Amino acid sequence: MNIVEKILARASNKSKVSPDDVVFANVDKVMVHDVSGPGVIKVFDKLKKQGISVDKLWDSSKVWVAEDHFVPSAEKVSAENIVKLSNFTKQYGIEKHFKYGMGQYGICHTISHEEAMVMPGDVYVGGDSHTNTTGALGAFSCGLGHTDVAYVLLNGKIWFKVPETYYFRLNGKLPDHVMAKDFILKIIGDIGTDGGAYRTMQFGGSGIDEMSVQSRLTLCNMTTEAGAKNGIVEPDQKVIDYLTRRGATNLSLVKGDADAEYEKMFEYEGSEMEPVVAKPFSPENISIVRESPSVELDKCYIGSCTGAKYEDLEAAARILKGRKVKIRTEILPAAISIYRRAMENGLLKIFLDAGVTVGPPTCGACCGAHMGVLAKDEICISTTNRNFPGRMGHVESQTYLSSPLVAAASAVTGKITDPRDLK
Amino acid sequence: MESFKKVASMITPLDKVNVDTDQIIPKQFLKLIQKSGFGKFLFFDWRYDEHENKRPDFVLNDSRYANSKILVAGDNFGCGSSREHAVWALLDYGFSVIIAPSFADIFFSNCFKNGILPISLDEKTVEKLQKETNPIEVDLEKQTITTPSEKIFFNIDPHKKKILLEGLDDIAQTLQYEDKITEFEKNSGIPPILIND
Repeated sequence: MNIVEKILARASNKSKVSPDDVVFANVDKVMVHDVSGPGVIKVFDKLKKQGISVDKLWDSSKVWVAEDHFVPSAEKVSAENIVKLSNFTKQYGIEKHFKYGMGQYGICHTISHEEAMVMPGDVYVGGDSHTNTTGALGAFSCGLGHTDVAYVLLNGKIWFKVPETYYFRLNGKLPDHVMAKDFILKIIGDIGTDGGAYRTMQFGGSGIDEMSVQSRLTLCNMTTEAGAKNGIVEPDQKVIDYLTRRGATNLSLVKGDADAEYEKMFEYEGSEMEPVVAKPFSPENISIVRESPSVELDKCYIGSCTGAKYEDLEAAARILKGRKVKIRTEILPAAISIYRRAMENGLLKIFLDAGVTVGPPTCGACCGAHMGVLAKDEICISTTNRNFPGRMGHVESQTYLSSPLVAAASAVTGKITDPRDLK
Repeated sequence: MESFKKVASMITPLDKVNVDTDQIIPKQFLKLIQKSGFGKFLFFDWRYDEHENKRPDFVLNDSRYANSKILVAGDNFGCGSSREHAVWALLDYGFSVIIAPSFADIFFSNCFKNGILPISLDEKTVEKLQKETNPIEVDLEKQTITTPSEKIFFNIDPHKKKILLEGLDDIAQTLQYEDKITEFEKNSGIPPILIND
């Protein structure tokens, strides 16, 4: 069995599972945030009317809650949702609620690894489509709709059809000017936004072994944009170190068998990878940066679960050090812990010296919520994950998706720029 | 959930691929706490301009399709964010069948939780259906779509078909078997596999 089959077999108390088997898996962790939480509350209200008891959850200690989409509240409806969420966690005795303005908080998918909420081998589900981010830790992670999350909260289990697995092998290290974001965009460009439909996308090979955990998180995060069930990387010593530093103990690593089967293999050479952008209006609309049309940009946004981890900020700082931005640029660290490290290591000073606005952790403008959304006809380069029409604001605005290196280089020139071409 | 048997209506052609959930229900409406009424915000940015005037060229503003219950769209419908509000908005607006060459995974699953039938057909058939100007009938029991000129068969997972036909949701369905589940768990120590019949 491969790693995914092994995790699902363990979670469903079976000795063996194969693709297309339907399993009823025990869930290890569940997450809701300030959009899916109120969504789940609605489902609970409906169930209550049907006479179904929603008095207690299956296991409050396995549930955790993030505030990220509409925080800090920009208006009263968002504020009411946060109150609703707080009442919910209080009512059900959920202790792990990361509240803004009370120490550590941030984007749910960032908290999931920054706070070691998800362990290798876990079945982890959440009310958000980028829940698969933690596949990079060797977990089976995936997003669910509100009804499914409500179901898991009450029963601790959920159905899965065991997915087929596509294996993406990266041979050799990525060059210094190329990031994991470029690699995953390249893959989405190759297979399309539904190319991974109901598959697990597994990443391996020497290039992945060399890659940091944070880079692997970027890869798994954006398997969503390929339509995949999730992404996964077999855990190694780097994952153990990463989680141990964040307080985890008793880690056990699940790996695939030597004779594991994959539906399809894809091969990539690290040395051949180039910085790319995804042009409007689809993440599959890929163009190599040096071959991209010369577009005058209005904004640069470095944020989100995809593109504002510490490593992403460090990459941006490498470019912005001693330079000035030419267009409006915002950097929003994805969690308070990252914000703090950026402060302690001098990154915030580099950003402020460059003219950048540094904002609080939030999904913010990635989902067009607040904190710098786009006006009609505005063009933005962004380290986020989607560029469908209107994703970051006005339906006639445009977003180019890129790595933090390309975004920062483009902020300096005001045009889409390969980091190698900066003077 | 209401049970689903047959639907007959005009189709609404939405000739777009990769329609993501943010187009179906833009993020500003996710904050709303009320339980229903998302239909008026369905495809909001396509239906209305910045002054909230109707855009005359958008298909939902075409009076010919005013009572349509069947949406026919392009590839990878429902991609993007997992927000279940997208399905709630489609349902509240009046759509109970969505036909497309393919659907995004979470959206597809959310449909069945709320009594919407998503039908996946090959691209050519979908293109043909988009041009159909007469009412068509979708019969879930028989798994057929009937147009004035032909009968098209569609596939559906038998378990999902049952859920829709009986108007069950997963939670209600599990509760039907609560005694059996408890019994089974007591005896085997293994989580139960729900029985289909």
